[in-house]
Amino acid sequence: MDATVIIQLFVSGLTVGLLYALVAIGLTLIWGVTDIINFAHGEFLVIAMYFGFFTYSLLGVSSILAMPVAVVFLGVLGWIVYRYVISRVLKSENILSQIVVTFGISVFLQSLFLFLFTGDYRSVDNDPWIKGDVQVGGIFSSTPEVITSILSLVVIFFINLFIKKTYTGKAIIATSLDRETAQLMGINTERMNSITFALGIACLGVGGVVLPITTHVSPYSGFLFAVLAFTIVALGGFGSVVGTILAGVIVGMIQTFGGFFVEPAYKYLCVFVLYLLVLMVRPKGIFGW
Amino acid sequence: MKLLEIKNVTKRFGGLFANNRISFDISQGEIIGLVGPNGAGKTTLFNCISGYYPPTSGNILFEGREIKNSPPYKVCARGIARTFQIIENFQKMTVLENMMVGAFKKHKYKGKAFKKALKVSEFIELSDKNFEYASDLSPPEQRRLGLGMALATEPKLLMLDEVMAGLTPKEIDEVLDLLRKVRDSGVTLIVIEHLMRAVMSICERIFVLDYGEKIAEGNPEEIAHDEKVIQAYLGKSYAQG
Amino acid sequence: MNVKKENLIRSSLLVISVFILIYPFLFKAAFYQHIMIMVFMYGLLAVSWDLMGGYANMFSFGHSAFFGIGAYTSTVMLIHWGINPWIGMIVGGCLSGIVGVLISYPTSKLRGHYFAIATLAFLFVTKILLENWRFVGAAQGLSVPMVKESSLLYFQFHGSKIPYYYIMLGLLVLGVVLTKWVIRSRIGYYLRALRESPEVAQSLGINTAKYRLIAIALSAFLAAISGTFYAQYVLYIDPPSAISLHISVQVVLISVFGGTGTINGPLLGTAILIPLINLIGAWLGGAGRGIAFMVFGAVIVVMCLIQPDGLIKYFEGWKLSNRRENEAA
Repeated sequence: MDATVIIQLFVSGLTVGLLYALVAIGLTLIWGVTDIINFAHGEFLVIAMYFGFFTYSLLGVSSILAMPVAVVFLGVLGWIVYRYVISRVLKSENILSQIVVTFGISVFLQSLFLFLFTGDYRSVDNDPWIKGDVQVGGIFSSTPEVITSILSLVVIFFINLFIKKTYTGKAIIATSLDRETAQLMGINTERMNSITFALGIACLGVGGVVLPITTHVSPYSGFLFAVLAFTIVALGGFGSVVGTILAGVIVGMIQTFGGFFVEPAYKYLCVFVLYLLVLMVRPKGIFGW
Repeated sequence: MKLLEIKNVTKRFGGLFANNRISFDISQGEIIGLVGPNGAGKTTLFNCISGYYPPTSGNILFEGREIKNSPPYKVCARGIARTFQIIENFQKMTVLENMMVGAFKKHKYKGKAFKKALKVSEFIELSDKNFEYASDLSPPEQRRLGLGMALATEPKLLMLDEVMAGLTPKEIDEVLDLLRKVRDSGVTLIVIEHLMRAVMSICERIFVLDYGEKIAEGNPEEIAHDEKVIQAYLGKSYAQG
Repeated sequence: MNVKKENLIRSSLLVISVFILIYPFLFKAAFYQHIMIMVFMYGLLAVSWDLMGGYANMFSFGHSAFFGIGAYTSTVMLIHWGINPWIGMIVGGCLSGIVGVLISYPTSKLRGHYFAIATLAFLFVTKILLENWRFVGAAQGLSVPMVKESSLLYFQFHGSKIPYYYIMLGLLVLGVVLTKWVIRSRIGYYLRALRESPEVAQSLGINTAKYRLIAIALSAFLAAISGTFYAQYVLYIDPPSAISLHISVQVVLISVFGGTGTINGPLLGTAILIPLINLIGAWLGGAGRGIAFMVFGAVIVVMCLIQPDGLIKYFEGWKLSNRRENEAA
């Protein structure tokens, strides 16, 4: 077995994994703080993807330029969705409703895309800025993949900074650890929830806009990313930023190595089977609380 | 043969010894009191006996057979029933249905379970509420329902966890009469209770726990004068003074 | 409840029953018959889901996998060994039940959200496996071999949907009767007990794990029945159509909309939402499908906000008087 091949697989797994981690980071924050699983996470990602695609196809510029717009749009949308939908369902304390309502949003958004953009697959074939390959030694990685990996690390770094260093960030951690005590300490936990939710959704705007370069976007694209994100969050532990990165990379590795050694068609299968196995042993994830 | 034998039962949670080498025996037909300050380990012992978790070490023998590793439903099958400190009856079901759930243990057919539930309901004097939802009952009635549900399983040993909490003196007397009726029908009772006068008036033997250990055992007279017991409840100076 | 209201309910039920029985002769267009057939099919799916999700508190988002197992089992048995689809249906049901039981072992410790995600993973795994298994047609799927003439024996009818209508109706009625019988029996009491308070249930001698398994097995069995029907109705199955998240999610959402844990709730939800989706989709032409599901999604969200217990909650007191006493007898 050629060492180059192994290293190549490793690098591919790493870039793919970091991308997944970027998608999952919002989910783990939302989950850890508000205790709600956003089953519509994939569809919010797709919103960002369409932003990126149309920036390229309608304006002719690099899809990455859509990022600021996408981030702001998603942040506001996330805040609105939390304030008017999620928070009310949380009050009812009916777990099934909480699960179902985000599914309802997911169905709604998916159908909205179908209606607005039809079911066609779109992709950015020739992005003016982000294209080509990066080669180090004998190892290849496509520019989009490298960019998303860097973006992922940057975003995660800033989120970590935000959480650890700012007052709001610490308040968010407090809320996720013990809601009641946080409230007793004067923290407006509802506001923490809405900030976290908005932040979590906004994160998707970062990576989502450049995704159409490496993969296609359609109304149905969200599902796969969402399920992978859940797997990552469940593996890494809800609320754990470090866990998300590690789990994301692990999933990326399993996918790449599994796809190579077992069979390409089974690459996702390996991921899910592993997930089910981990669930049996440590339901709370590797780093979860 | 003793009905229930607790031999050196210890239950550890991490560094905390909730039960520490507790031993005692219970014979058929007794009414036993299990008392002690809060946190002494009474409910923990109940949980070990009824199978919610196994003791860390020691043995629990019921009618001569080891039950320490049996899960709750098997313990019930052997003939031990219990009530819970926090009321957790089936709120969305009617009083009769609640008791039918218990009755099904020994009466597999719905018709028979129904009849058994009717009988139990009459026994505990909740008949007039048979078709009410459990959520509509007052707290004392809910406790009686819990008792009824346990009785419906036709246990040989019934363990009651603070069944008299929050009752008025009159209600307490009613429950005491009910407990005597239960014992007279052939069921052995272990009662966890904080209310000393209730314990003293009904229990023939009392075990006192403190900090997870059994510190005294005897009839009400002996317990009332036991120095260690007084110390546990009221403090050292009172005992000596 | 006064006598007048009761009589009103009785007569309404009678009218509805008659309507359902003569419907295919009132609405001769295939499209309208198709809608009702879908109502019956999803109705059975929803009822089966409720058994698992509403009574055993296991919110499965992978129910389509059981549906698919049913569809595939009967079809594969027919194609490879020439076995009659009716028999295949029973076999598919049993196989589905076994799979359900097997899946429950690793997932038994999971609750709520975690269980839901595990079922999603399970759905995905099943789908990928089937997509790559040549014996079952892989991604191309399987076509049910045609028989020359419409035949009840071979469970295939050409030209008219009417036989399918009555068969699915019959299957639904059987499924509902079976489910309600179970709910009213000792098993049903135990399920309701463990749904509310597993610890108390255990103390009363209920082996909660065992009864959960029973609920899952029965639930999976009924879902598979729907699957076989689908295969014989559409005469072609492939992974996307038989094992789809779309179906799974619809079943859950419809059941929650109607009200879980009641059997009647999911039926009500199906009766309202399936026609709604299909009619909107048809009336609005090309983009109709998108709009139909937008409406569906929106309706679900709204229902979760204003009445999390589902539509059936508004009918809560509506019991026919002799039922209560009969309940226990």
